[in-house]
Amino acid sequence: MSADAIRPEAREDRPPASRPSASRPSTWRLFRRNALATGGLAILTLVVAVALLAPVLPLADPDATALAERLARPLTGGHLLGTDALGRDTLSRLVWGTRVSLLVGFSATLIAALVGSLIGFVAGYAGGRVDAVLMRGIDMVLAFPYILLALAIVAVLGPGLINALYAIAIVNIPFFARNVRGLTLGLARREFVDAARLSGQGDAAILFGEVLPNVMPVIVITMSTTMGWMILETAGLSFLGLGAQPPRADLGSMLGEGRTVLFNAPHVAVIPGVMIFVIVMSINLVGDGVRDVLDPRLRSGALARPGARARIARREAPPPPRDGLLEIAGLRTTFGAGASKVEAVRGVDLHVAEGECLGVVGESGSGKSVTAMSVMGLVPSPPATIEAGAAYLAGRDLFTLPDREIRALRGAAVAYVFQDPLSTLHPQFTVGTQIIEALRAHGPVGRKAARARAVELLDLVRIPGAERRLDAYPHELSGGMRQRVGIAMALANAPDVLIADEPTTALDVTVQAQILTLLARLRREETVAVVFITHDFGVVSAVTDRVAVMYAGEVVETGPTEALLAAPAHPYTERLIACVPVLGEPDRALAAIPGRPPSLAEPPPGCAFADRCARVEADCRAAPVAMRPLAEGRAVRCLHPVWGA
Amino acid sequence: MAATILKRLLAAIPVLLGLTVIVFAIMAMIPGDPATAILGSYATPENVERLNRQLGLDRSLPEQYFVWLSNILTGDFGRSYSLNRPVLDEVLERLSATLLLAGTALVVASVLGLLAGVFSAVRQYGATDKVLTFFVLIGISMPAFFLGLLLILGFAVNWRLFPPSGMTAIYGGGGPLDIAHHLALPALTLAIVATGVIARLTRTAMLEVLRQDYIRTARAKGLGEGSVIGRHAFKAALVSVIPVIGIQAGFVLGGAVYVETVFQWPGIGSMLVNAISQRDILLVQGGVLVVAAAYVMFNLAADLMQMAIDPRLRG
Repeated sequence: MSADAIRPEAREDRPPASRPSASRPSTWRLFRRNALATGGLAILTLVVAVALLAPVLPLADPDATALAERLARPLTGGHLLGTDALGRDTLSRLVWGTRVSLLVGFSATLIAALVGSLIGFVAGYAGGRVDAVLMRGIDMVLAFPYILLALAIVAVLGPGLINALYAIAIVNIPFFARNVRGLTLGLARREFVDAARLSGQGDAAILFGEVLPNVMPVIVITMSTTMGWMILETAGLSFLGLGAQPPRADLGSMLGEGRTVLFNAPHVAVIPGVMIFVIVMSINLVGDGVRDVLDPRLRSGALARPGARARIARREAPPPPRDGLLEIAGLRTTFGAGASKVEAVRGVDLHVAEGECLGVVGESGSGKSVTAMSVMGLVPSPPATIEAGAAYLAGRDLFTLPDREIRALRGAAVAYVFQDPLSTLHPQFTVGTQIIEALRAHGPVGRKAARARAVELLDLVRIPGAERRLDAYPHELSGGMRQRVGIAMALANAPDVLIADEPTTALDVTVQAQILTLLARLRREETVAVVFITHDFGVVSAVTDRVAVMYAGEVVETGPTEALLAAPAHPYTERLIACVPVLGEPDRALAAIPGRPPSLAEPPPGCAFADRCARVEADCRAAPVAMRPLAEGRAVRCLHPVWGA
Repeated sequence: MAATILKRLLAAIPVLLGLTVIVFAIMAMIPGDPATAILGSYATPENVERLNRQLGLDRSLPEQYFVWLSNILTGDFGRSYSLNRPVLDEVLERLSATLLLAGTALVVASVLGLLAGVFSAVRQYGATDKVLTFFVLIGISMPAFFLGLLLILGFAVNWRLFPPSGMTAIYGGGGPLDIAHHLALPALTLAIVATGVIARLTRTAMLEVLRQDYIRTARAKGLGEGSVIGRHAFKAALVSVIPVIGIQAGFVLGGAVYVETVFQWPGIGSMLVNAISQRDILLVQGGVLVVAAAYVMFNLAADLMQMAIDPRLRG
């Protein structure tokens, strides 16, 4: 499908009040929906609360030694969590140690955030040489293995909790500096910053007044993702004996002390270890939750993985309307679900006879690509679902075939040529590998035979030096050559139907003409039926026998190409044809169609074109308009057509 | 191709030089007078001055740096006073142990992380994905120094499957099998965090790649899902995962400090911890420099590997 098959901007057109509030939940509600993140937050809150309340909690003195009670097991002798090697109460030491660890980790995070963000601000805002020098320095710090640099710093400053804190803060500065610098660099060149500068504000005022508020979310995300690390690493330095020194204890030094009695009293080490793990884990859970909520891609579900085959959820299959080679009947394909559901294709009927070339024409977002991709189950699911209708290939209902059989037909009986050959060919495989792969997917072909056939195919699409080109990577070929490769790959298994989805749109005009000529020739020589999808009526007249015009997810007019071009019946078709520049008629006004297609999240009840139509009357908006026959082989979805009313 | 490789190799040189500058700068910031530290506080001023001259400490910092750098380039890292032997000898002796541990951990982490990431992405939001994501989160949040202790308690003390410490058995040890036996627990410990990070990024990269047009092309050709995921998507995802594996080499080399201490592995990490406690600065300096250089090499290898699988980078 083309990238704009779902038009988010079209959905934004409507006033917000008409949209149910559930479709864009608040940040907090999104966070709450993430059970793990909420759980993490609850645990973290509890841990922090207990640590803060340590002085008023009824705990034993964490430093009171009692050698008689040393290494008591948990739940014995009034010690809930037992005692350590000096008989000190583990629970009390755990709470106080947690307090120290949290304080140190939090302080390190603040220092790193402050210094790192400042460096990032200055580098991003000043740009130029200042930026280069600062960022080289940051890169140098990153060239060290993380902990090693902290160790070197501690080696210089000497072991101790505060020195460990500085060391961990310093090694985390680069993460803040880089993130903040990247964002500031973009912001510093934006209009509102220019406006502030022109209004006479100083650099500091602009930085803190205009840039900081915009950078704050990134600082918060970086803090939430690094704080867990910093707590863990300061604990690690203490564990090595390089952080907290006795009698002061943090969780790391408790773990380190417990290690010496690991074999006879494991609880002394395990309890603080579990505590470190719980704190770091809950912070990471919260951090992930925060990041997910603030990341717009995850919010919109754009990272959803399309499966091998589109989801089909239809109640019944309409019978094939005729006995053409490819029959599409009552096809409905939707994107998303619930309040944000978009009806991209709303009941499309199409048929293609053997060897025929059908043009499917419409603006982007009209549902033509989605229709074509639905045939072989290639619309991305999620978010797409085929909700109704059927596609018959030589009488076989494609939507009921098992996955294995649909795969056997893909590329063999029905092959696709896509719009942009640079993005549709795999960049890391040679052209030859990709063609040979297509051959071998549909039958046992030896490597040599497959390669020979691949050379034939490249010859067929008129690629000079075919043998040599087989070993080229897509990026080494020109756009036109790449598209020829795409066509060769589609023809590899002599398909009955070739579905070409805007195959010339991404190409230069002269190359377009070559590819069209090629397709026209191949159609005759290879006797293959073609579904040619385009937004360009100029292209339609060059290659197609019949045309179906699509608008807002429906076919609005069909007919033989020449007749339809000569006398369009639907006002939309008429306007669309008027958009095509005609060679030799430079004075002809190109009339753009005013307005936009309707939102397919809430399609209008009547004619979808009504709002943009010059011939609109009251009855157009009242009820769905049906296709009605017009003349031999022609039909139109209009109550007040240009002719034949 | 060869020219590009050469360019990458040459680009590593300024990074290595930068490392020496930073290490030198850190060491130059040591408070107090090294001569006094060596000779003790009762040393006569004349002796201190003589030693300072001997150590070159009476010269300017840039001068000191170049003297130091030329010494290092000729293999003279100075003498460790706590061990009373040349720093380079000690560091090189321990380097192989650290590289063996870190290398094994990195390989384990890459294999497990890539597998987990791919399965997670393919089963996005399914049960497998949720279970794997949860384990990954545990891995990322688990302190290596704690996990090591747990593994010792479980596998060495309780079940007696693996030795709790060291690199070779005291009696009749030293064979490859013996070393592998000793390597298992520390390598696993060291691999856990990196596994989590690699799995996460692989999942994200796979999800990103699976939305690409060329994946749809692969499916439209009629390729099976095994080939679509395992060949087309995986190879594309690797391009963005390999640099992450390179970065993980740094975390693994750094994490070796904990793991070597916990398992008493005779590598540079445990040497560094001892050296810091002893304030044997030259030994720290040598160890940090060598491990940092190893990290640069790991990243260089990742760079070259990335070029090998992505023809667009060879230009």
